[in-house]
Amino acid sequence: MRAATQVFEGGFADSVLGSQEIFRALMDAMANPGRIVSVGDLAQAPSPLTPVAASIAATLFDHDATVWCDKPIKASEAALGWLKFHTGLELTNDPAGADFALVTDIDNMPSFDAFAKGTSEYPDRSTTIILQVAGFEAQTSLTLEGPGIKGTQAFSPSQLPRMFTEQWAANRGAFPRGIDLIFAGNGLLAALPRTTRILNKEA
Amino acid sequence: MTELATYNFAYLDEQTKRMIRRAILKAIAIPGYQVPFASREMPMPYGWGTGGVQVTAAIIGPNDTLKVIDQGADDTTNAVSIRAFFQKVANVPVTTKTTEATIIQTRHRIPETALQAGQTLVYQVPIPEPLRFLEPRETETRKMHALEEYGLMHVKLYEDIARHGHIATTYAYPVKVEGRYVMDPSPTPKFDNPKMHNSPALQLFGAGREKRIYAIPPYTQVVSLDFEDHPFEVQTFSQPCALCAAKGSYLDEVILDDKGGSMFVCSDTDFCEERQAAGHRGHLSPAQAEAAE
Amino acid sequence: MYVAVKGGEAAIRNAHKLLADRRRGDRSVPAIGLDQIVEQLALAVDRVMAEGSLYDAELAALAVKQARGDMIEAIFLVRAYRTTLPRFGYTKPVETSQMMIERRISATFKDLPGGQLLGPTFDYTHRLLDPELAEDMPVEMPDKRVEAHEHTPRVTDILGHDGMIEADGDMPDGSEIGDLTREPLTFPLERDLRLQALARGDEGFLLGLAYSTQRGYARSHPFAGEIRIGEVEVELEVAELDFPLTLGRIRLTECQMVNQFKGSSKQPPQFTRGYGLVFGQSERKSMSMALCDRALRARELGEDITAAAQDEEFVISHSDNVQSTGFVEHLKLPHYVDFQAELDLVRRMRGEHENQKSQIKEAAE
Repeated sequence: MRAATQVFEGGFADSVLGSQEIFRALMDAMANPGRIVSVGDLAQAPSPLTPVAASIAATLFDHDATVWCDKPIKASEAALGWLKFHTGLELTNDPAGADFALVTDIDNMPSFDAFAKGTSEYPDRSTTIILQVAGFEAQTSLTLEGPGIKGTQAFSPSQLPRMFTEQWAANRGAFPRGIDLIFAGNGLLAALPRTTRILNKEA
Repeated sequence: MTELATYNFAYLDEQTKRMIRRAILKAIAIPGYQVPFASREMPMPYGWGTGGVQVTAAIIGPNDTLKVIDQGADDTTNAVSIRAFFQKVANVPVTTKTTEATIIQTRHRIPETALQAGQTLVYQVPIPEPLRFLEPRETETRKMHALEEYGLMHVKLYEDIARHGHIATTYAYPVKVEGRYVMDPSPTPKFDNPKMHNSPALQLFGAGREKRIYAIPPYTQVVSLDFEDHPFEVQTFSQPCALCAAKGSYLDEVILDDKGGSMFVCSDTDFCEERQAAGHRGHLSPAQAEAAE
Repeated sequence: MYVAVKGGEAAIRNAHKLLADRRRGDRSVPAIGLDQIVEQLALAVDRVMAEGSLYDAELAALAVKQARGDMIEAIFLVRAYRTTLPRFGYTKPVETSQMMIERRISATFKDLPGGQLLGPTFDYTHRLLDPELAEDMPVEMPDKRVEAHEHTPRVTDILGHDGMIEADGDMPDGSEIGDLTREPLTFPLERDLRLQALARGDEGFLLGLAYSTQRGYARSHPFAGEIRIGEVEVELEVAELDFPLTLGRIRLTECQMVNQFKGSSKQPPQFTRGYGLVFGQSERKSMSMALCDRALRARELGEDITAAAQDEEFVISHSDNVQSTGFVEHLKLPHYVDFQAELDLVRRMRGEHENQKSQIKEAAE
């Protein structure tokens, strides 16, 4: 019973304006890699989904979007039910066939290679991976450069996939093919499009 | 009888907006690459800005201020019509001032006033494929982009030089974005090309009939194609604007009589009016004429 | 003294007012009603429904009225409305073999099960203007069929029994039927999307292309296997019900062309198909569509692509009259910024030309 209530509640109070606000934050983030954009907690979904991740899902997913979810989401009937009810998304078990991937357990996620990179003729047919992170105040900081960045940009997400700099360099090397990342934090979001380069930290 | 149609905020239904929004995010991630999207029929004809209108409708919100220009002017009929459309379906504030706008939808010009970070310029694009007039087939041009095979474009430009002594392309002059994709900047005069380079604003391009969206993120390298012995150069005008005396703005020629009489005035009406308001006077400005009387 | 042209808004307002006036015309003439358009200009309504891809006779009639009888403008109005409509589901494919037939002819067999039914056709009318129609003269009621309608199998099904004609094509495994109004087209296309594009395509454009195939530009030896016009039921499968829900009936025109046979050492020869299906009553459109469909199957059938009608990118990219009219007519929009750029270049080049000429002249003197 409780699970059912959780599934049906927590969508955008105003789906038109809510998704517009989240999209503009995403567009701002994607156009300015590493920029931390604050958003309201517009949607509320069952654990393990955070409000920002849920809001992004409600903004971008529908039955024309194929989505891969990681284990903790798949293990939660309530979270999956929420996504299905509020977005109508098309679920897939094959990360290489996903338009989006929703990741809550970053340490155990598949490598970037497992996801769709698009083809050289259609590099847009690639996976956008949404990483759920605690925040953007980690001790270590990445220095970013590339389109959307004036000079360089510091970026300190609280969690990163394993071997991130190596994986990211390989992703950058496959350009124009490649995956793009969206970071969903606590009331904040950020993005790294495939064009962004990570500068080697100075010794 | 079917009930009187009611339309969503910004006209497009939410599913269409999501589809366009997903395409916009991909377009930003792959600068200069044309993302196919399922363009919809709009209540204005294809070729009249349906791509730009769909992009604007997908991004616009109640906190935006919209400016619409055609040929640089806010009061050309198609600009008026598109502005009125958004006032009606999105009820957003509109402006003619470049500096006040958060979203500027444009056909054929980039404003003279430098754009700022946080602004989004939405271009209406008729033919998004820069290689289209060299190769009419989409299946072929797509391969050429995939293989980064742009030799044909250089050959075309060089043939111009051989025949005319100049590169004969004066508008829709191709650019290379971030060293990878050759891109059509829409039919803006090549005068505007340098404004695209390293712009602090986000530039989005919508081609409705051809069903493509592409983008240039802020601070992105945009280089006009050229040759060492024939470097890219923009149009220059031999005289300043007749109304505001601006030098270095793009001018329209206005025919005054049928005996060859003409004057040159800024095509960017907001830029020209702002300058006149600040006291700049050209040799034919109304205020100048009054002073002389 | 020069004053920049202003007042676009007022100009547009006034132009629209004048348009409304011209649309209404002489006020002493009674306004035409939508019911009159639906009933008496039914084929115009059918074309707007077909190319507008929206089966709603009253809306189509409204569009015809609003467009002052300009068919492409009316189609555009319907399309722009259609695109805003939400999708509730997809119906089952309509079963044209179960059609309530009003007209059915075959050019390939003299007689066949179900017979030949001429129906309401212009064929065999003498095209003499009828002055009586200028008045509202009483019109006789038509004779009605008394006996129950016998089963009318499709000619292609009859031919298909002994393999004389290829089977209806199958889509590749796992593929879903496409919808070009929801996804961007990616060339090359499968036949489903091609047929959708042709069904929405401009009647005149397809007619011209179809005609070109008859004149040797991709000749396909067509026979009008069958044309049938009538009503079919539209059914929707609903998850909660174990039988399909009937939504209503729509009138369709279906054309099955029987074309040039093919065969190989492995396969005995058999005829090939071209298919046309259109909302409402339009034989011309459905026949043109069937000829174009057959021509566009050149790649699939291993034929040389030599003619315009076989060129998928060419045909499909230019068959939509709403797209075509928009882009052709957009040349009305101001282009003076670009024209200025061209003017500037041509002036400069003419100047250089003059200089060169005078230099040559000086050198010669």
